[in-house]
Amino acid sequence: MKRWIPLIVFAVLVGFFAKGLFLNPREVPSPFIGKAAPAFTLPVVGSAEKTFSPADMQGKVWVLNVWAPWCVSCRQEHPVLMGLAQSQPVPIVGLNWKDKDREAEALLAQAGSPYAFVPDDLSGKVGIDYGVTGTPETYVIDKAGIVRMKHIGPIDPDVWKEKFEPKLKELGA
Amino acid sequence: MIPELGHFVLIVALLLALIQGILPLIGAQRGNTALMALARPAAQGQFVFVAIAYACLTYSFLTNDFSVENVARNSFSQLPEVYRITATWGSHEGSLLLWVLMLGFWTTAVSVFSRHLPDDMVARVIGVMGLISVGFLAFLLVTSNPFDRLLPAAADGRDMNPLLQDWGMIIHPPMLYMGYVGFAVAFAFAIAALISGKLDAAWARWSRPWTTVAWAFLTFGIALGSWWAYRELGWGGWWFWDPTENASFMPWLAGTALIHSLAVTEKRGAFKAWTVLLALTAFSLSLLGTFLVRSGVLSSVHAFATDPARGAFILAFLAVVIGGSLTLYAWRAPKMLTGGPFTWFSREAMLLANNVVLLAAMGSVLLGTLYPLLMDALGMGKISVGPPYFNAVFVPVMAPALFLMGVGPLARWKGDSLPDMVARLKWALAISVATGLLLPLTLKGFNPWATLGFTLSAWILLTVLIGFRERLKHSGRLANLPRGYWGMQLAHLGMAWGVAGITLVANYQQEIDVRMKVGDHTSLAGYTFTFQGTTEEPGPNYRVAKGTVEVSKEGKQLFVLHPEKRIYNASGMPMTEADIHPNFFRDVYVALGEPLDEDAKTWAVRIFHKPFINWLWLGALLMVIGGFMAASDRRYRIAVKKSEAPAGAAAQGA
Repeated sequence: MKRWIPLIVFAVLVGFFAKGLFLNPREVPSPFIGKAAPAFTLPVVGSAEKTFSPADMQGKVWVLNVWAPWCVSCRQEHPVLMGLAQSQPVPIVGLNWKDKDREAEALLAQAGSPYAFVPDDLSGKVGIDYGVTGTPETYVIDKAGIVRMKHIGPIDPDVWKEKFEPKLKELGA
Repeated sequence: MIPELGHFVLIVALLLALIQGILPLIGAQRGNTALMALARPAAQGQFVFVAIAYACLTYSFLTNDFSVENVARNSFSQLPEVYRITATWGSHEGSLLLWVLMLGFWTTAVSVFSRHLPDDMVARVIGVMGLISVGFLAFLLVTSNPFDRLLPAAADGRDMNPLLQDWGMIIHPPMLYMGYVGFAVAFAFAIAALISGKLDAAWARWSRPWTTVAWAFLTFGIALGSWWAYRELGWGGWWFWDPTENASFMPWLAGTALIHSLAVTEKRGAFKAWTVLLALTAFSLSLLGTFLVRSGVLSSVHAFATDPARGAFILAFLAVVIGGSLTLYAWRAPKMLTGGPFTWFSREAMLLANNVVLLAAMGSVLLGTLYPLLMDALGMGKISVGPPYFNAVFVPVMAPALFLMGVGPLARWKGDSLPDMVARLKWALAISVATGLLLPLTLKGFNPWATLGFTLSAWILLTVLIGFRERLKHSGRLANLPRGYWGMQLAHLGMAWGVAGITLVANYQQEIDVRMKVGDHTSLAGYTFTFQGTTEEPGPNYRVAKGTVEVSKEGKQLFVLHPEKRIYNASGMPMTEADIHPNFFRDVYVALGEPLDEDAKTWAVRIFHKPFINWLWLGALLMVIGGFMAASDRRYRIAVKKSEAPAGAAAQGA
């Protein structure tokens, strides 16, 4: 019996590998998918009095884009978002995450802002509530305020077309 | 034309591999010398044709033939020439071609250096290697043809992955593959022995030099990979427990166990079944590593292009090769007789314990590497296993192996006396423990990990010296000691050296992340760093922001470092190129992070002081030298001379 052990161990491993071939290790599910978007109220960049809260978007399908002025891949993504802001398939809210150097306002004034609102998450707390692992990250939130999709990393035209467009269509944006 | 020629010769190579893999095995079974005699020419011919195919691919890269898809995806017109040569193996297809080329090289080496072996043994060994070649050549031709055309041709290539554009990467893959593939020789010897049923000391002796050489190459390859990661990834780390790294480390651990187990089988005829199983395991882990890296079942920071069809092919191949060999093992195992008896305190017992520990370490790495896959496959969620697991499990498992490394070589075969051994080693033990306890106190205060590391390094160093002294009493002069002995001692010293380096750098390194404007100072580990800003410069295939950091100590300027931030033209990928001032005792390592303002006057700068980090690679280098030295021992060459004597003499055990 003992001499068969290596073969049996190997056979079990092969079974797992065969299963593993059809799984995608990079796809990390967000526990927030299908749940209500965490509520918050934050001041808006460039204005002392105005605030933004997800409740303001009730009844609309919208996109929450977590970005920061110090984030390089967010700059890569910026022109893509600018293009989207022009064709306006959906409002984009840009959560300004941990902008300790207060650079967002100047940057958006200079490079243009693709955002409908720019809530200012200086402490990073809202980002934590949303489970942000790094910038940029983008959430699709439906009319009832439920998180429907999360994308990690910069959005490029292909990602938008293949991942976002079908989802937005499904949600009736 | 050249790519078509390459494709064509690859098909010819596959046909030759089929001949090499089938006819000699039939010949050996039936005692047909004509069929057995096909083994050598078929293997050598196969190697020549694979080499031609390889040359064709390199030619396509050198001439920037962007009508070849592989070239268009992995090269670029502005890529420097040396990287166009290495880009040949920078892709999935090219690296597999390199794999097959290496296998052909090893097979040819076996065909040349096996004159003293019985014909049926040679026919079987080369035949088994031929079957492995068949699998890989078919894999190349069916799923991963490196010569696929791209019509119409691309105007320019997409460039080689910038991470690989480093000179550490020029030699790392060939060395690593030499090691990986080299275990195929030990594997083929083991299979041949299982088929023939002749598992004797001679078999172990034939396998030993091949295994040791493969192990030395693998050690060198892993060390180079770690050195590359340290210099190129910009995090200052040298080992990340990444699946790709683990894929090369597991065969190394099994191979290390195999080298030691082969020693027992050759000298004492013991552990035969175990040794055979290890020979199968070492190569199986090489194949498994290929599967893990190439199929994309595990995500890795090294992220090669992955594809499930390819994964399915490798998995099927894996199932046939490993499953087949383990079945053969299970079938033949009862025939294997055990060798001479030994007591619990003998060199055999020490080596057995070493094997158990090494395999336990290998198992813990395997478990950690596969755990995310197992959980995912069982639907128990997505998790990742990181360095904390590996460090917590691996270090305590390896510590006993390092302790045994001191005792094993001093213990006598068959049986030794424990009180005797205690008397021989009590001073070494006392001094090692004292070193481990006192050295951290002089550095930064008591630290259990530092104590463990220093104690074990000192222990190995002292026991190696005791070993030399005791040997010299018998043989008089150092030059009289056999190279096998020298090789072992050097490799063990290399391990002690490396462990000392790891302990020092892991426990006493210092780092800071700072924001620096032009003219800013910061200090670390007694050095003062002055940032003098960056200048924009063009590189061959990238633009670079080249920083200038002046380093001084006590007001005296010592040297200037130029860390770089590169943007590669074709991919737009940013790369951090750290600048390092190395010496024997420490590295000063400066990397540029991101520019923090619009006109790039302020940068995030990361500075490391890494004490004794180079000891780690120097230790590995000493292990490599030890490996080659042991493999060149006279014993193995004497066996060659004996072959001129009547047949059968070579089979005589030691």
